[in-house]
Amino acid sequence: MRSPSLEEGPPVTAVLTREEGLHYYRTMQTIRRMELKSDQLYKQKIIRGFCHLYDGQEACCVGLEAAIKPTDHLITAYRAHGYAYTRGTSVREILAELTGRKGGCAKGKGGSMHMYAQNFYGGNGIVGAQVPLGAGIALACKYFGKDEICLTLYGDGAANQGQIFETYNMAALWKLPCIFICENNRYGMGTSVERAAASTDYYKRGDYIPGIRVDGMDILCVREATKFAAEHCRSGKGPMLMELQTYRYHGHSMSDPGIRYSKKDCVNLLYWLIYIQGLLSG
Amino acid sequence: MAAAAGALRRLVRCGPQQGLGRLLQPRSGIHGSAPAAVQVTVRDALNQALDEELERDEKVFLLGEEVAQYDGAYKISRGLWKKYGDKRIIDTPISEMGFTGIAVGAAMAGLRPICEFMTFNFSMQAIDQVINSAGKTLYMSAGMVPVPVVFRGPNGASAGVGAQHSQCFAAWYGHCPGLKVVSPWSSEDAKGLLKASVRDDNPVVMLENELMYGVPFEMSEEAQSKDFLVPIGKAKIERQGTHVTLVSHSRSVGHCLEAAAVLVKEGVECEVVNLRTIRPMDVESIEASVVKTNHLITVEGGWPQFGVGAEICARIMEGPAFNYLDAPAVRLTGADVPMPYAKVLEENCLPQVKDIIFAVKKTLNI
Repeated sequence: MRSPSLEEGPPVTAVLTREEGLHYYRTMQTIRRMELKSDQLYKQKIIRGFCHLYDGQEACCVGLEAAIKPTDHLITAYRAHGYAYTRGTSVREILAELTGRKGGCAKGKGGSMHMYAQNFYGGNGIVGAQVPLGAGIALACKYFGKDEICLTLYGDGAANQGQIFETYNMAALWKLPCIFICENNRYGMGTSVERAAASTDYYKRGDYIPGIRVDGMDILCVREATKFAAEHCRSGKGPMLMELQTYRYHGHSMSDPGIRYSKKDCVNLLYWLIYIQGLLSG
Repeated sequence: MAAAAGALRRLVRCGPQQGLGRLLQPRSGIHGSAPAAVQVTVRDALNQALDEELERDEKVFLLGEEVAQYDGAYKISRGLWKKYGDKRIIDTPISEMGFTGIAVGAAMAGLRPICEFMTFNFSMQAIDQVINSAGKTLYMSAGMVPVPVVFRGPNGASAGVGAQHSQCFAAWYGHCPGLKVVSPWSSEDAKGLLKASVRDDNPVVMLENELMYGVPFEMSEEAQSKDFLVPIGKAKIERQGTHVTLVSHSRSVGHCLEAAAVLVKEGVECEVVNLRTIRPMDVESIEASVVKTNHLITVEGGWPQFGVGAEICARIMEGPAFNYLDAPAVRLTGADVPMPYAKVLEENCLPQVKDIIFAVKKTLNI
């Protein structure tokens, strides 16, 4: 789905090579295992404080990374372990950080919500604050003139923050190379989207910013949509907005015992795709 | 008292067009027999600092409301947009939280933004970006992500602008580890501190004062140089004295000097310390002064509770200078009320020269 301000949308077909398929699968499985392990460690009180798990949403972070370059920039909120991994932090460094060790990517000083890497600006704890930051990074991309873009992520809950609308305005005004990406996992903490938003068409909330709605459980959809949006930004047309419809399997954080039902599993989805296409065997 | 008030009225000139920096001598090439000091207003000193730092480093840019085509709400950035253009001098919509976050993000990505708040009262809208995004990120990332941004603008009381436009934020920002906070008084302070702040890799909050913008000060030849910096974290002794230490920042420094000029006629020699930096505070300079004079009075425009003066008194108690105090340390502060509008009420809500004189005499028991 796309907003009326876009004349053309992303392609509806994609090419997946064996190498790509296996790489995406391995990456998504690694994140899945890492998050499930973090769940265990938290229950054992080895991880403290806040712990917001990403399992269920793996197709988003892996799909986004597949569509951009390592020299592009990315910023997200606190459900960041998946992105820390796709942006180059090792599982060891992530788990060491979560368990407060000096071998952690932030030497134990950041914790779950504050992990950083090259061209990855966290890991931000204040809902919505990362969105103006992301536009600022995009401003720097434009300023330096190096054809780089910034992916600025936020959730369906954050989508109602005023500072996001301030940012939409300035990004559009100044044609910043920023892709605003709303990861809509249907719940802002414990509040379902219908109870929080007068309009749940998050891809349209940018109004004058062209937007598309994407199936966030299908990694190829995510990848192709992101390539399309990245091309739009790199060509100097200004920002774009993407809504990724996805699910998280855990509650908002480890303090939320909520059970969310989801019939879809993005990792399985990819597995069956590459199986059916006969890509598993050489 | 009348003399002090008169001196005060001469010293402080309100209004945007005052003091366009009358040059008494040419700035370069022709040298007279005396050092070529000139009279420069705080506004022009800031303008020079901005111009020099923009010229020196391509990564430096200025953003804020009215900074470009309007030449700055208080004309601090006069002429800069014409010289540097849209890329380096950026007019923003009235979106403090948004544009402050954009400035911070740009700093994280390698630029060196100067983010102007029309007044620091409006920074409250964006305070999360200043403290949580800018102030804490270097620490949270264990040094991986520096945030070299400068937040600057007028702070504290102006003249009749009412309660919502008169708050002093020195204590608020001075409270936070991760930020540096500076508060210039003179033109030399303003120029040197702004340049030092831009070159500092940490987020710096620079609290200027609107009523000081039009005030001219003599600037030495050294202070006029393009590499003149005032070190952050070092106070300046504006006046040597032996009987009492007056510690102050921003506009109140001028009031302290006025009071000292009156008191000297009665044989009281005040030492006036210009903090210049709120955080990190130069406690050593204050201690050294208290050891010498045995009496301490802090003077500030902000509210008393949890303020700059409160911090100074606590630090003196905790250190060696406590043993040298002959009387309890005294805080002179703004009155603990939202700032009223009427002139006589507003004047009496801020420490005046007569209040400083009175406090000195009371402390010295004369």
